[in-house]
Amino acid sequence: MSANIQKSKGGPDRHPVAPWMFLAPYLLYAAVFFAYPLLYAAWLSFHQTDGPTSVFVGFQGEYDNFMFIFTDPRFYKALLNTTIYAIASICIQLPIALGLAMLLNNSNSRMKGAFRLMIFSPNLVGQIFVGVMFAVIFTPFDGLFNKGLQTLIGWGIDKQWLQDPNLLLPGLIIISLWMYVGYNMIYFLAGLQSVDKQLLEAAQIDGANGWQTFLHITLPQIKPIAIFVVIMSTIGSYQLFDLPWALMKGQGFGPGDSALTIVGYLYDWGFRNGEHGAASAIGWILAAIIFVISILQLKLTRAYEVD
Amino acid sequence: MNLIHWVLIAVVLVYIGLRLIPGKGWKIAPAYLRVILLLAAAFLTLTPFVWLICSAFKSKDALMLYTFLPDWNHLRNFPADATHPESYKAIVHWFGNDGLPAVDGALGTLTLANFRRLLTDQFLTPHGPVYFWEYIVNSLFLSCGVTSINIFLSSMAGYALAKYRFKGRNIIVFIMLGSMMFPAMLFLAPLFEMVSKFGWMDSYLALMVPSAITVFGIFLFRQAMVGVPTSLLESARVDGASEFRIYWEITLPLVRPVTAAYCLITFLGTWNAFLQPQLFIQSQSKLTLPVVLNRYIGMYVQDYGIFLAGTLLAIIPPAILFFVLQKEFVAGLTSGATKG
Repeated sequence: MSANIQKSKGGPDRHPVAPWMFLAPYLLYAAVFFAYPLLYAAWLSFHQTDGPTSVFVGFQGEYDNFMFIFTDPRFYKALLNTTIYAIASICIQLPIALGLAMLLNNSNSRMKGAFRLMIFSPNLVGQIFVGVMFAVIFTPFDGLFNKGLQTLIGWGIDKQWLQDPNLLLPGLIIISLWMYVGYNMIYFLAGLQSVDKQLLEAAQIDGANGWQTFLHITLPQIKPIAIFVVIMSTIGSYQLFDLPWALMKGQGFGPGDSALTIVGYLYDWGFRNGEHGAASAIGWILAAIIFVISILQLKLTRAYEVD
Repeated sequence: MNLIHWVLIAVVLVYIGLRLIPGKGWKIAPAYLRVILLLAAAFLTLTPFVWLICSAFKSKDALMLYTFLPDWNHLRNFPADATHPESYKAIVHWFGNDGLPAVDGALGTLTLANFRRLLTDQFLTPHGPVYFWEYIVNSLFLSCGVTSINIFLSSMAGYALAKYRFKGRNIIVFIMLGSMMFPAMLFLAPLFEMVSKFGWMDSYLALMVPSAITVFGIFLFRQAMVGVPTSLLESARVDGASEFRIYWEITLPLVRPVTAAYCLITFLGTWNAFLQPQLFIQSQSKLTLPVVLNRYIGMYVQDYGIFLAGTLLAIIPPAILFFVLQKEFVAGLTSGATKG
């Protein structure tokens, strides 16, 4: 790229002020709403903020935000819930999304458009609205989901999805499956459309069966987009808040905190208890978790590539 | 054994039958299976929407009694119908005797009562009553405002990155990429303190300014604008067009599909946003739809129909926008992931 810049010195794509004028709003925005709050969050996380003035607490003392969070069983509950939700989202949702994308990829274009539209549609509805809907859909005996389950497999009419601490998280996973499977499907579909058709034909001529073709040709070619989808869904899952909050009608995090997520924990501390310092500390922990997991996923998938 | 089981058995039998057709069976059967699976997925996806539409038009008492639309025969004889004593008991159990219909058949009528109550019920505040339509107007205003400002500012920055070479460009791209790694929730507490310091509490400035530009949008526009031929821009420059006019009148119209896609993404994000309006807006007359629906659902547990009617109304504007822009949307959503 630098060689390119040298060559085009004084060329049409150079202008002394224009690019900076176009970038000025972003630079201003980045300074005020990215850099400043980022540092401010770091500053806040070392302070106790619920009193009239902020007090520096650092890493020691009984008011240390980080120490408090790391010894709070509720934090671990939130971390566990969110992690289960994230793993379930990836392990259940993404294979189904990929499967649907492969079904669509082999269909004719008119059918493809219609089904894509239908399966994607729940994504238009915000998590709050979905929460309001499913608070009714999950009603024992009378709700759509309970009745549907009973009709299909003869089980579950009396299940209290929103009151039973063991069922709340599975309920959330089912809702997120409904909401996001179409969204991930669109990404997989885009990946599948760029798979080399000639390679597929060559494999077929060589007598590879469907599973072998998928494993050795399709999968390696859609790997970049698959990694992208996995990381995006992990990041999204770790920031879950609106859906359980609306499902619990804005009154808490379910029986035994069974729908408490990390962001829910952050909200609880920051805006129900007014501890912005603790909220910032949780924010930084969340950022660190997301960062570490993304790096791990990138490393793991690259290790697989070397094989 | 119910209807659905018979349908499933029929589907499997047809599949086996197709498979057995000599010669062509191995080709037709998978195609058939593919359509069946896609139909099943579409059916499962759309059922909650069908249920939502039906529920919004059912009376309070009929909401839980019927899964979708009221059963015609059941209705006409209700509540004298002796064949459904369980349902009758269920009503008494859930709603008490007061909930029983006064007139035979009243349960069965599809009704606009939910919408009527939703739109006429007023929320009394010291500054006068607030109606539901005001929340719709607020949400529309906020979403349209944020969307237009965001498209304008993000596309400008994207244009600078796509069509100019200048010192420090790589550093700016690096900062942008870095900023995408931080979750939005990290900024919530400092933003709250900043908003109170700026005096933006209870003002739409608190919602519009922090979402006036996104790095995602900048990259989306950059990706699209790289493809606009530089010679075109150069000839405009020779003709004496200003740099801003080249961006505004030549480049931006050429990336219409991405603009449409980003328009929908931003509109949806603002329309569905919950935490920021929940935290920064206090006046009843300035609330947005997600906040209102969430805040009052706990209070009207017996009147879910009203909330479902409200949810239905809240889904309509994004749905319209989606149907108008859906082709561009799918292309724009995936362009960053496949090309970049």
